[in-house]
Amino acid sequence: MLFRLLPSFSLLLLFSALLPFRSLAQENAYIVAYDHYLEEPGNLEVEYFSTFGTQRGGNDFHAFWVEFEYGATAWWTTEFYLDAQSTFHDSTLFTGFRWENRIRPLRHEHFINPVLYVEYEHISGADKILKEIEGHDGEADNADSNALARKEHKHEMEFKLLLSSTFKGWNFVENTLAAKNLSNQPWEFGYALGASRPLKLKATPDRCNLCAENVVLGAEMYGGLGDRYSFGLRDTSHYLAPVAAWNLPSGWTLRVSPGFGLNDHSHRFLVRWGVSREFSGFGELIGRLFEGRQ
Amino acid sequence: MRGQNIAWLAVLCASAALLLASIGYARQEIGDSPRIDAKAAKEKISGESELDRAPQKARAKRNPLGNDPDAIAAGRKLFGMHCAECHGGSAEGTHRAPNLRDPEVQNATPGAIFWLVTNGIVWHGMPVWSKLPEPQRWQLVSYIKSLGNQSPTSTSQ
Repeated sequence: MLFRLLPSFSLLLLFSALLPFRSLAQENAYIVAYDHYLEEPGNLEVEYFSTFGTQRGGNDFHAFWVEFEYGATAWWTTEFYLDAQSTFHDSTLFTGFRWENRIRPLRHEHFINPVLYVEYEHISGADKILKEIEGHDGEADNADSNALARKEHKHEMEFKLLLSSTFKGWNFVENTLAAKNLSNQPWEFGYALGASRPLKLKATPDRCNLCAENVVLGAEMYGGLGDRYSFGLRDTSHYLAPVAAWNLPSGWTLRVSPGFGLNDHSHRFLVRWGVSREFSGFGELIGRLFEGRQ
Repeated sequence: MRGQNIAWLAVLCASAALLLASIGYARQEIGDSPRIDAKAAKEKISGESELDRAPQKARAKRNPLGNDPDAIAAGRKLFGMHCAECHGGSAEGTHRAPNLRDPEVQNATPGAIFWLVTNGIVWHGMPVWSKLPEPQRWQLVSYIKSLGNQSPTSTSQ
């Protein structure tokens, strides 16, 4: 399945790179946490992310995913994910998809800005992108072989309250999540926290790639909070990860984040990196295609 | 196994349909010029625009980069990256967003423009721009205010 999908991913990224849209970039550095900024209306952001993880009691893995993030309106962003992973000395496989929506309920900026998040996941037990940690998720869950893990199917709804503040150039985020496997499983909970800041707040007059204003540094921390029957930190995993983003004037954004497990239930080490590009006017282009306008 | 594949395909098709529906909806929201024109006309009749909604305290704010010789040039660069898509390369306006050379904008205080850039007009398609650091928003304000003294051709380059 993956070998059929990989060329599609590559072609898509290549196609994306060649599309004649004016592009722009002003992205945060977070990979797991979310701030309250949504995609600009009509813009499409195509993103590729990788997670390399160490695995005790099993084989290390490289999980990766592609995101298509679209600004439906200034208050609603919708996003589609395709997940896959490759476990060393085992196999490579497609692990499922996610459809995510973020909605901004308030009209103006406030000291704390809420965003509501709803996601549907259709993934297998072999999914290892670790885009969020929930319930009692831990390293041991990922030790099974792919052949065994892929037999488990998860249909899950996930709800998050994203809170975010911006103060003197700093951005602070607090995300809480509640997830429900649509089979008969209890509600599971998790969190993500983050702080980040551009290296320089004022823009330089000239277009430049290596300007400090284009680089955002920060850190994020995320983990599980148990489930409905055993809420708390017992048997949960937690990570602390410095994050860095480099926004290029050409519209590309590069992100990198080494993550460190904070307890015995966590993977010891994760390395995440990603590349994304934003295309403005995508919605109008699609609209013209369907309307047959010149 | 075949049944499972069909279920997969059905869910994928449903998701793709929902995604396309959201794009169609966005097309209505942001690309429908008569709606935007109607809103602008209504604002002209009522005499109240988004800039008028800026709180007094925000309007009274002074541009801390008002005397910065680089502010206008930096603001021009930021405008090209983030604003020109909707407001036009020379801020002359498009069917998606208004002309920023209009007297209504040029007569507004720097503080009111800063407030509007920060808060956006979320329900009518303009996103919040507080993700730009405060000094960059003031640089944008410097550039927008400078447009009152320039012809469109001199700023589009």
